[in-house]
Amino acid sequence: MTKTRTMLAAFAVGLMTSTAAIAGEVRIMWYSDGVEGEVLKDLVDRFMKENPDINVVIDNVSYSVVREQLPVQLEAGGGPDIARVTNLKALSKHWLDLRPLVADGAYWDKNFGDQADWMRPDGSNQISGFMTQITVAGGFANKTLFDQVGVAIPAKDATWDDWAKAAKQVAESQQVPFPMALDRSGHRLSGPNISYGANYIGADGKPAPIDEGSKAFISKFVGWVEDGTMSKDVWVSAAGSTYRAAADDFINGQVAFYYSGSWQVPNFSTKIGSNFDWVATGSPCGPATCTGMPGGAGLVAIKYTKNPTDVAKVMDYLAREEVLKEFSERTLFLPAHKGVVEKGLDFKTDDAQAKAALGVFVTSTTSLSDLARKLPGWHWSDTVYGALVTRVSQAAAGEMKLDEAFTRIDADIAAKVKDSGL
Amino acid sequence: MTADVPGRTGLSLSELAMVPVRLAMSFIDAPLRWVQKTFGLGGMATFFLLPNMLIFGIFVLLPFFINFAYSMTGGTALFLPDRSFVGTDQYARLFDCANYLDPNSCVEDTFWTAVGNTGWFVVLQVTLMIGFSLVTALILNRDLRARSFWRAVFFFPVLLSPVVVGLIWKWILQRQGLLNFGLFSFGFEPHVWLNDRTWSFAATVGVSIWAHMGFYTLIILAGLQAIPKDLYEAAEMDGTRTSRVFLRITLPLLMPNLLVVIVLVLIRAVQIFDEVYVLTGGGPGTSTLYLTQYIYETGFATQLRNPGLAAAASILMGVVLVVLTLLQLGLSRPSEKKGSRK
Repeated sequence: MTKTRTMLAAFAVGLMTSTAAIAGEVRIMWYSDGVEGEVLKDLVDRFMKENPDINVVIDNVSYSVVREQLPVQLEAGGGPDIARVTNLKALSKHWLDLRPLVADGAYWDKNFGDQADWMRPDGSNQISGFMTQITVAGGFANKTLFDQVGVAIPAKDATWDDWAKAAKQVAESQQVPFPMALDRSGHRLSGPNISYGANYIGADGKPAPIDEGSKAFISKFVGWVEDGTMSKDVWVSAAGSTYRAAADDFINGQVAFYYSGSWQVPNFSTKIGSNFDWVATGSPCGPATCTGMPGGAGLVAIKYTKNPTDVAKVMDYLAREEVLKEFSERTLFLPAHKGVVEKGLDFKTDDAQAKAALGVFVTSTTSLSDLARKLPGWHWSDTVYGALVTRVSQAAAGEMKLDEAFTRIDADIAAKVKDSGL
Repeated sequence: MTADVPGRTGLSLSELAMVPVRLAMSFIDAPLRWVQKTFGLGGMATFFLLPNMLIFGIFVLLPFFINFAYSMTGGTALFLPDRSFVGTDQYARLFDCANYLDPNSCVEDTFWTAVGNTGWFVVLQVTLMIGFSLVTALILNRDLRARSFWRAVFFFPVLLSPVVVGLIWKWILQRQGLLNFGLFSFGFEPHVWLNDRTWSFAATVGVSIWAHMGFYTLIILAGLQAIPKDLYEAAEMDGTRTSRVFLRITLPLLMPNLLVVIVLVLIRAVQIFDEVYVLTGGGPGTSTLYLTQYIYETGFATQLRNPGLAAAASILMGVVLVVLTLLQLGLSRPSEKKGSRK
């Protein structure tokens, strides 16, 4: 009898401790472009010292896991408690409304209000999370290569044609394989498209058929891939809408001009070091405007969490002004927190090139077109991006003519809209 | 039982090893007798097959029926109850084509591109795989110096994970890869192999053969070693030509093994995915996009996934595999009968 009682007591204690461990555990799914995973770990360790009853576990994953596997987990009603994502709007039905849970909702509205709509269902005033960083698409030039040839880096208002001409001259002279490179991404292609007058959003808020603006830049882009002005490697390296960056080619000095975005600054600062000089250039101009694309990654709470209160505590901590300031300064990311932006940052780097590049990207945020600002919060942006990448890469690989690619882009988007039932 | 040899008093080592087995047998003897008494001798077979059939049912049949149910639904929701019934619409969409030989005339052009690519891949890969495996097995069956070493060399890639295989060959074939470095060192012009449609297709076939050939070689080798030596000795005494020995003795007696290899290679070829996904990602363009990758991309990787369409495509792929397997089994029967008559 005593033995049975002892066993039952041990079982009860075990059950209580295991339940307590689950109740106090918050899992964050996190991907890194640079050092942000290490910085987050430091910040989370401090949080756990302040809150010993909450155990925060960081699951470091690759970006493709966030893009491809997280949505499936969410659809199944699972996933982590908090996640760092870029597909903020389309998945917004899965985010937890933190408004009734955070300590001060007004603080969140004041400091993160500008991007709050990017990550909540249309028409709601939900607080889903906050942007860990704001990004802007833009270009980078290998200054050393340009200097060696004696070609001046095109000015701020230079067009895509100006850049193509200059980059080609540099590449030919220096025997660099790629004059220009652009990430295999619909987001990256959209800045130039808008600069050429594209509009993606129809009158009903759904995707509009591909227009002359998009057609103009895509035709130019595919022509550049065909004649070797633009790197073919990145765009034909996969089928479907798989993301590929050309950052490694730029880091290895294989590209004269690389169109990517502000998130590459810490990556370049670390990996290029003193190998060559590089500068951020902003976005080249088209006939309509000179815009890049805003975007960024957000940290969102997942509504299927078993510990919403603990999740809100973690989110409140990570959204603190001093915490976000430190995060941005150490990661070299552009902050989204209004207070942090207003008070200014002291980026923790001795790399003058990185500091200058960040300055260029901050300035470029002031010249973004209205459509570019709208797209991150538009439900269909990823649908359009996916169709663009899939078909443009087929045209770039010589599999289909441009007209066929345009027809297919419209058909793909229409099919997705129909499938969604919206 | 213990010691009937004069002078021996204890248990031998083998007898000692059998003690726990006998002990276990004595424990299950009574329940088994009860089962036999209750269900009869025929019921015993069912009783022993039941665990295996349960596993097969839960992990193969049930997912198949769920997949079939998905293929009859539309929308982007993941859970079956949240999805709308669309009947055979997904199949109709896949088959909506003006000319099946021209993917661009189809609504789901990518599906038909993947079907075409997979078809060519299967024809080439299966033919070459069987050919190379057979030749390698014939060579390894001879009295070579360091024969075990060579057998290990050919089998080693089988032990590698497909992702590792893909990465190794990517490092070799990419623009600044090992192959181009070698070519450049010897004064040849480097080539961007993975940007070239023909070369990247050839690379997927070649890499797949390299990675799996060892396994099939081993099966054929086992078949070769089972052929009685006296047949060859008799042929040698008769002065039969080597080619005739191969066609009249080796090949017919090897046929059961070869048919197993053909079925396995064929199924594996239709299902090709992992190493190709890492090596080429389906590119350049869609030139190495195979059916499994299409299903994966449609069901999981694209924005606004379409599990219904992916399920329909996978059911069609399953049907093709079943037909091919039945065909192979049908073809194998006459040769087996012929073999047994001999």
